[in-house]
Amino acid sequence: MSYITKSPWVIHYDGSSCNGCDIEVLACLMPMYDVERFGVINTGNPKHADVFLVTGSINEQNKNVVKQIYEQMPEPKVVVAIGICACNGGIFKECYNILGGVDTVIPVDAYVPGCAARPEAIIDAVVAGLGILEQKRAAMLEAPKAAPAVEEPAAEEAEEAEEAAAEAEEAPVEEAAEEAAEEGKEEA
Amino acid sequence: MVKVIICVIAYLVLAPFVGGILAGLDRKISARMQGRVGPPILQPFYDVLKLTEKENITVNRVQDFYVMCFFIFVLVTGGLFFAGENLLLVMFTLTLASVFLIIAAFSSNSPYSEVGAERELLQMLAYEPMVLITCVGFYMFTGSFQVGQIMLSTQMPLPYLIGLFIGFVFILTIKFRKSPFDLSMSHHAHQELVAGLKTEFSGKTLALVEAAHWYENVFLLGMVFLFFVNGQWWGYVIGAVVCLGTYFLEILIDNSFARMKWQVAINSAWIVALVLGTVNLFMLLFI
Ligand code: SF4
Repeated sequence: MSYITKSPWVIHYDGSSCNGCDIEVLACLMPMYDVERFGVINTGNPKHADVFLVTGSINEQNKNVVKQIYEQMPEPKVVVAIGICACNGGIFKECYNILGGVDTVIPVDAYVPGCAARPEAIIDAVVAGLGILEQKRAAMLEAPKAAPAVEEPAAEEAEEAEEAAAEAEEAPVEEAAEEAAEEGKEEA
Repeated sequence: MVKVIICVIAYLVLAPFVGGILAGLDRKISARMQGRVGPPILQPFYDVLKLTEKENITVNRVQDFYVMCFFIFVLVTGGLFFAGENLLLVMFTLTLASVFLIIAAFSSNSPYSEVGAERELLQMLAYEPMVLITCVGFYMFTGSFQVGQIMLSTQMPLPYLIGLFIGFVFILTIKFRKSPFDLSMSHHAHQELVAGLKTEFSGKTLALVEAAHWYENVFLLGMVFLFFVNGQWWGYVIGAVVCLGTYFLEILIDNSFARMKWQVAINSAWIVALVLGTVNLFMLLFI
């Protein structure tokens, strides 16, 4: 097993979020949930980060910022879109300057719907992301071994595998989040 | 000679384990002080091993070279110390190591790491006088700068060097990069300088920096230990206990203070060096 799943360092970027999801992300780091138990550190530095948490939708102003942060992160890395805004634009979708969810600019590995996403759902998504991180790590180790001619298909395969994994992982997270949302409604 | 070689090899092999576990304890105790559960004790090892698994991104080639020099010279520092060499040489080697780290940070041309490097220079300015005065104190007490000779002393230096001890523990806060004075970079997340000095280091380079800090911390605790040697076993026991106590004190300070400005760091460190250090040296002259 690689150590990457034991110490996922995260970087959190606030797109055009309403701050609801940001507070939930930070709640994960607080004593109540204390994700540092699993080695998660909020780095604030893309060069040290393994997991990119994005809240809020993408607009004309921040699309380059998101792209740049993503590019500065060393491989292997995963992206988690937190909140329905980050998934597809959410309630801001129709706004004149909103491009949509995070996946309009960078590939996303896990989605956490919900408005705001619950800390439990966020933690679930990061854990799901760790599985993908592990696969990416394995793919990274394989890549240099392959001859240059077959490199591309190999990379594609890896990507496909990632996508498949992402899809497979998404489902439980979404369910969990929906359940959480429903619970929230009931409580309200 | 054989003993010296054993000491040096023991340091080179064991120091990362001791340093890593101390770092793990640090994080665990800090978490408990903040009402959290905290990461496993072995977390720092996981972190460093993970960093070695990451893709290598370097801003330029010289940066890796300088970081490597930093790592090697930290090892040389500790090696010389545990070989019983000259205390002044040891301290100057440590300064050289820090200079390499600063150059590495400057070489990246990133504003964050540059400001971090500038602050690191200021920190060096703050702690160097006290470090040198401590060395001189040991010389005045034992008549030798050789660590090997100081280890042979039959009298515990602490009662005679108490001022120097307090002063040295004071600057340890700077050297351990603990809170009121963690200006150049912090072990904790999120600060105004991103990650300060180490902003541009990633992957294996960052792993080297972390490992070097473990070596450095063990060496610094060795300096604390030196205040307690009296040639008897109970002196060694007291020394080891006080080392752990000092480390705990630093964690406590770390968690109970907010960061201060660099002016405070320099002023307070120099005042401590001037008052406690020189007064103690004069006392030694007249005893
Ligand atoms: S999903 Fe809801 S809570 Fe989260 S940023 Fe969007 S509007 Fe705010």
